[in-house]
Amino acid sequence: MAVLKRIGFVVALPLVLFAGWFFLSSGSESFYSPPLRTILTAFGDTWTLDRLRADVAPSLLRLLAGYLLAALIGVGLGVAIGLNRRLRATLEPVLEFFRAIPPPVLVPVIMLFAGIGDGMKVIVIVFGCVWPILLNTVEGVRATDSVVLDTARAYGVTGTARLTRVILPSASPQIAAGLRQALSIAIILMVISEMFASSNGLGFTIVQFQRSFAIPEMWSGIILLGLLGFALSLLFRLAERWALRWYEGLRAAQRRAG
Amino acid sequence: MTSARRGNPVLLGFAGLAGLLLILELVPRLGLVNERFLPPTSRIAAALADEVGTAVFWQSLGDTLYAWAVGLLIAVVAGVVAGLVIGSVPVLRELTASTVEFLRPIPSVALIPLAVLLYGTELGSTLLLVCYASFWQVLVQVLYGVADVDPVAEETARSYRFSAWGRVRYVLWPTALPYVFTGFRLAASVALVLAITAELVIGAPGLGKEIATAQASDAVATMYALIVVTGALGVVINLLTRTGERRLLAWHQSVRGEVSL
Repeated sequence: MAVLKRIGFVVALPLVLFAGWFFLSSGSESFYSPPLRTILTAFGDTWTLDRLRADVAPSLLRLLAGYLLAALIGVGLGVAIGLNRRLRATLEPVLEFFRAIPPPVLVPVIMLFAGIGDGMKVIVIVFGCVWPILLNTVEGVRATDSVVLDTARAYGVTGTARLTRVILPSASPQIAAGLRQALSIAIILMVISEMFASSNGLGFTIVQFQRSFAIPEMWSGIILLGLLGFALSLLFRLAERWALRWYEGLRAAQRRAG
Repeated sequence: MTSARRGNPVLLGFAGLAGLLLILELVPRLGLVNERFLPPTSRIAAALADEVGTAVFWQSLGDTLYAWAVGLLIAVVAGVVAGLVIGSVPVLRELTASTVEFLRPIPSVALIPLAVLLYGTELGSTLLLVCYASFWQVLVQVLYGVADVDPVAEETARSYRFSAWGRVRYVLWPTALPYVFTGFRLAASVALVLAITAELVIGAPGLGKEIATAQASDAVATMYALIVVTGALGVVINLLTRTGERRLLAWHQSVRGEVSL
């Protein structure tokens, strides 16, 4: 019963909103906001398997490549910078500046260097979403409990073991926060880099629909992007919960004790 | 350890910036990167000086800041009001949770085609994107803040028969305020990014549009100069919101704790 009630709470409002949109727009004569029924029909017609393979798959691959690369670079550099006080003091203003540059303005710059191929898009994604990962890793590494560090040193835990068993686990909740921020930036950059110069990809297709006034198709593209963003953040949450389950358990235990 | 041995962080920071500028000057001069793609620092600085002298630059800077401020204001007010209402009514909170989770990750750029259709290249397109993106930052933070209210304080206020308004004013608001500020700070940077993105992609007037124009007309140094301006703008907004937060929340535990460290 309780489960049913929970499910009810989860789906009630979306259902109401969706139904509201469906019925209120059903008689819509407006060119720009067609009835939802038309949009849904367009969704089925537009995003066929062929289309998904030709446009969505390359987008997702570029997203994945850029995101993973940014994660590797961000965590690697972040650990190095976080562990070295002087390096950190030297680089901090530079990093703050790079983080403050709105990532989409890098698209024209990177187009100069890398042309308009897949490489450009991956570089744009890496360059835009590496900063939250990097800065959060630096913060996380810096915030490692000094007692834990001293204990580890006293027990002779040094080198790789110190890094993988002490520092990285202690920084991981913060690193995860950086990775989550980076994910939404990565999706945004994936779409924007494709809006600029491209011959395939989701961003390209949606702009194409808009320019050719294929309005229901454009709406269906927006819905698809929304679903994609939702699905990716859900996947991330699952992965995070799995990777940080020790941390959640610790927090819960502390809360009960406190 | 004395600070002299560690190195003064401010000095080291300046050294880092100077080092970056030097590298960016030398790399193109030594021919490691084609000068057409990455002009030396001095040429970018000259282009920046030229830009600062033009009226167009100040006009676009003003346009960007205007869109940023108006969009941010709307988003913050809407986010705080919605957050307080949803957060303090448990049923509403449970009902909206899934919808908030669904709408939040929708990339704001997905709305670009829609904004173009509705408003063309006017200010409205930029505002739509800025508001949408920064609203969620504020809303989610306010929801966390309201959930953080101490049950004992809430019960105490009830036993002393505080009115509903009194409970909001003296219990809810002070608890949620630090979260509101965090939301504001996040929203301020997101709003700037979205304002410039909208101008860049849609062509609404502002710095982003100038960058697109410079790129299209092959004025590479000018393009870099404008990008530096957007970065500097971001840094300034960050600094201002951080300082403002510390000032206005000087009474709060989190800030007092930070200062005494």
